[in-house]
Amino acid sequence: MTSLPAAATRKLGLVIDLDTCVGCHACAVACKEWNDGGSFGPLPDKDTHGPEPEGVWFNRVHSYEATGMGSGEWGMATAKSEAKSSCTSPIPDSQFLIPGTIHFPRSCLHCETPACVTVCPTGASYKRAEDGIVLVDEDKCIGCQLCAWACPYGAREFSAQRGVMQKCTLCVDRIYNETLDEADRQPACVLACPTRARHFGDLGDAQSDVSKLVAERGGYALMPEFGYQPVNRYLPPRPRRDASRANSHPQPAAEAIDTTQMSPLLRWVDRVLSR
Amino acid sequence: MPHAALDLNTPTADEVKTTTCYMCACRCGIRVHLKDGRVRYIDGNPKHPVNRGVICAKGSAGIKQHYSPARLSKPLLRTGERGAGEFREIEWDEALALAAQWLGDIRRRNPDELAFFTGRDQSQALTAWWAQQFGTINYAAHGGFCSVNMAAAGMYTFGGSFWEFGEPDWELTKYLMLWGVAEDHDSNPIKLGLGKLKARGAKIVAINPVRTGYGAIADEWVPINPGSDGLLAGAFIHELLRSDRIDLDYLVRYTNAHHLVIRDAGAADDGLIARDAEGHALCASRVEGEGIVLARANAIDISPLVVGECTLADGRKAVPSFQLLAERFLADEYAPESVSARCGVDVATIRRLARELAETAFDQAISLDQAWTDVHGREHSSMCGRPVAMHAMRGISAHANGFHTCRTLHILQMLLGAIDTPGSFRYQPPYPKSAPPPNRPGKSRKDNGSLDAGPLGYVQSPEDLLVDADGQPRRLDKAYSWQHPLAAHGIMQSVIRNAWAGDPCRIDTLFMFMANMGWNSSMNTMGTRQMLCDRDADSGEYRIPHIIYSDAYLSETVAFADLVLPDTTYLERHDCISMLDRPISDADCAADAIRQPVVEADRDVRPFQDVLIDLGTRIGLPGLLKDDGTAKYPRGFAQYMVEHERAPGVGMLAGWRGADGSKSGFGEPNPDQLERYIEHGCVWEARVPDAGRYYKMANRDYLTWAKSLGFVGSTEAIVMQFYCEALQRFRLAALGHGAQQPPESERERVARYFDPLPFWYGDLDSSGSAREADYPLSAITQRPMFMYHSWGSQNVWLRQIAARNYLYLNPQTAETNGVGDGDWIWLVSPLARIRVQARFHSATAPGTVWTWNAIGKRKGAWKLAANAPENRDGFLLNHLINELLPQDRNSPSCANADPLTGQAAWFDLRVRIERDRTPQVDGHRIEMNGTRAMP
Repeated sequence: MTSLPAAATRKLGLVIDLDTCVGCHACAVACKEWNDGGSFGPLPDKDTHGPEPEGVWFNRVHSYEATGMGSGEWGMATAKSEAKSSCTSPIPDSQFLIPGTIHFPRSCLHCETPACVTVCPTGASYKRAEDGIVLVDEDKCIGCQLCAWACPYGAREFSAQRGVMQKCTLCVDRIYNETLDEADRQPACVLACPTRARHFGDLGDAQSDVSKLVAERGGYALMPEFGYQPVNRYLPPRPRRDASRANSHPQPAAEAIDTTQMSPLLRWVDRVLSR
Repeated sequence: MPHAALDLNTPTADEVKTTTCYMCACRCGIRVHLKDGRVRYIDGNPKHPVNRGVICAKGSAGIKQHYSPARLSKPLLRTGERGAGEFREIEWDEALALAAQWLGDIRRRNPDELAFFTGRDQSQALTAWWAQQFGTINYAAHGGFCSVNMAAAGMYTFGGSFWEFGEPDWELTKYLMLWGVAEDHDSNPIKLGLGKLKARGAKIVAINPVRTGYGAIADEWVPINPGSDGLLAGAFIHELLRSDRIDLDYLVRYTNAHHLVIRDAGAADDGLIARDAEGHALCASRVEGEGIVLARANAIDISPLVVGECTLADGRKAVPSFQLLAERFLADEYAPESVSARCGVDVATIRRLARELAETAFDQAISLDQAWTDVHGREHSSMCGRPVAMHAMRGISAHANGFHTCRTLHILQMLLGAIDTPGSFRYQPPYPKSAPPPNRPGKSRKDNGSLDAGPLGYVQSPEDLLVDADGQPRRLDKAYSWQHPLAAHGIMQSVIRNAWAGDPCRIDTLFMFMANMGWNSSMNTMGTRQMLCDRDADSGEYRIPHIIYSDAYLSETVAFADLVLPDTTYLERHDCISMLDRPISDADCAADAIRQPVVEADRDVRPFQDVLIDLGTRIGLPGLLKDDGTAKYPRGFAQYMVEHERAPGVGMLAGWRGADGSKSGFGEPNPDQLERYIEHGCVWEARVPDAGRYYKMANRDYLTWAKSLGFVGSTEAIVMQFYCEALQRFRLAALGHGAQQPPESERERVARYFDPLPFWYGDLDSSGSAREADYPLSAITQRPMFMYHSWGSQNVWLRQIAARNYLYLNPQTAETNGVGDGDWIWLVSPLARIRVQARFHSATAPGTVWTWNAIGKRKGAWKLAANAPENRDGFLLNHLINELLPQDRNSPSCANADPLTGQAAWFDLRVRIERDRTPQVDGHRIEMNGTRAMP
């Protein structure tokens, strides 16, 4: 068993905005690319051109349909949702409910009390005291995979080729790396994200940009009921401004003239325009 | 490493080089981090105007593209039968000598016997010039298959277009309507913009039969039936007209809505704009004390009329073009009640969306505190903005009604006063240009054998067409013929079929670059593959005698080549993202860029651009030899990029021109130009002056700046073609006027579709409603964001995200057809049937089925195992799409394409589902209907 450090004051983590994630996989591939050649790589691939290609990814994006949910918030955000007013279909004579699509990036949440660490028999999995990042020391990892069983979020990636457990490092080999420009000392997924849906910072500091963002947007922890106190936060989709939120029922445009008597074009005949 | 010694300061690279990405058409700036002579990783260049440091999944996966085992490594000469993929490796000297022999013979005999088609090529400024020097009219890139409807409708309407020549005002728009957008085009700028809109609380509406990527984060999804977008936009126009929520002042200032249209049925100038003796367009104007008078339409400080018939000097009648448009769209056929069923959108939603457009444009108008001067010299203290933006792409483009649908969208934008104002759609320099631009396609050859102009351009009247004395097509693909007069990007998808059929002509050599025309860049793919291998019954020779193909990868088309010229990867060569081609500007900044080789090729491959210059030099093309007969560009494309001048002072690159690099736009070649680009991240930018940021079409500050850089020829106002007079010239010819008239077989078609005002029609298949009953579903495709527009899509990381596709359908549609989730079914069109695996997808309109395109691969290509999911289960819908329209015995064959532009109508595909007796047994199969693989 591996013990946790005394509660860290710095809690580095990610804030992921489900309102703007379009499911493009940019974060996942940027992560794979950086880490494959980095201090915690390689991230092996097998059957690269064969029938069952697969490999180690520290970050994966899942897409879900959410049919019949409220028009405002969907999926993972239901815990935070207001009353669910189902948006009826714009399709004529249809009971078809407008489905939502949620793209959900998933990686290690760097929990404050991670069972993946405490379950580790060798001390390979550990949580850093200085910033709370959960890492695997491959030299100590015996590949028993107990940590993967312990993690309810599926964040651990076992490499059969290398015989060790791998996982998101929050790009610890980038964020402190003084050989990089200061602006580049961010996790690769954050720098890559084309809709800027990913944010990195200290969630232990209430005044940090990420903490403020979480407060402002009602960011939430994933499945807190398990008690592992994830550090990462997800921002729920903002209320959608669809038909259910339109401020009035549309009426046919009022006619200024009686078009049964006169040409509808007459409305413009006396218009004084300027060029 | 043991974590006791964890070193978090490991240098990540020995060297970082900038260049431009080529994983799609976005052309983002990238930084390539090199370590120990290999690419360590690629990330986005934070200083680059296109992507501001972000990078998409394809961009990061570029490292795997670069090191792909499917790369070609040596020139290949076919040894077996075509299509068998049997080659022997040869040396470059032999390969180039052979190509030069074929090409030289053709050029001496008849240059048009060369068909030169490049796919998603980004060096068309070179390839089109090369074709012009060779003298062939048979040149184009892949736009006919992709997006020519968007480009042509935009260029003929307002001198710009969606995507490459314009963008939403990401900073200021309050309402974005996305029409039929696929997941991309362009990739990162749209994503960056959507992120900004969401943060600002702007509303996003996605009008699309399928809700995926961008639609997923839209505020509202409108599941429209494919092909009916023009009808929905027409209903919006109907509602705006009825409620008088339109910007008439904008129309008379910036468009030709007030221009008078001659009403003289049967006359040779009926439907043309009335002009005075000097050729100036006329309008009717209200003058205090004088009543209604005729005035020059471009006069200022007048009060033009937009309705009301008036009498011209010769006694004939004329009406403002606005009146014609209003009459058309106020008619019942565009009422929400009339279009609702066809669009699949209910009346209340149509009305509400129309009202929201108007509320945003007019009740939430914005005013920028920015002084500017209009083209007439009048000073304005602020800029009025209509913060409604639109963006449209594939879903509009890939229908036979795409040109008119796209024009309808532009008319809608004009009625809202929402083109190039704060918050609306904006032009990207060098656009706007005159609508259409003045360059016409080359028609005849000069004494030195070169064409008198580039092979692609914009026709403005029947005289500009490429037809013979009988009005028959001269181009192999029938572009610029009476069948597709406005085919500004050529018709790539017709090339192989027409060359095989000798319709309208035979060719000697098909020369392709980066164009996977033997697979996903063709319709009726199986037929196309047979045509490539077919032989003349008499001679026993291949019907397409020679095929030369250049590609970096072992794509499906390689197997059909007689001679394969292996290209480098994008990290191994020079390239030029030129202002003469498809620049990377945004609305506030003109920009062009280069690629530089960041690693050396480790195989016996050569950059295609270098090879093209070498071949041209060997056969002595004008412009590639010095006066003494020696090579003008012995150092290849890098030298050409710097030294070649299209006109005095105008070259491929606009930045750092002049002997000392101090000039922009114009200036003599600068030998150090590429070094300057490299110092600046391989990109050059010129910011639009603040006073010129909006109303570019009529803004003196903008146009003066644009002229100084050579983007426009004059600082006169660019008048938007609310009424497209050029179309009427073709229609008049069809009605029997003028020297150049269509053949009888095309008259009716030209007269119908060359309507100067947009209108909606369904697809072109004349069998009509019977077909709808037999084939009740629309079938469309899109590519996933992580593969969109990506060249070698077979990438070991990206295929882990998706190695196969499914047929997606709404659970209701599935239930109607007795299909279970995961069942294998037959998808049937009149051409063929394919066995595919179905998956439920609720966010699909009930009348539509769809799939991810181009994930399905052909066995033997891309170095994939024979049992790879791409081969075994993945599929193309292309097999179901006829390349020709159904044909009666007496009419000439005609492409399944937009009748104006030749845009492939692949989204017009209709299908039915047939259950398979063994729905749980795996495997994709293709069965042609009868023997009709080859027509």
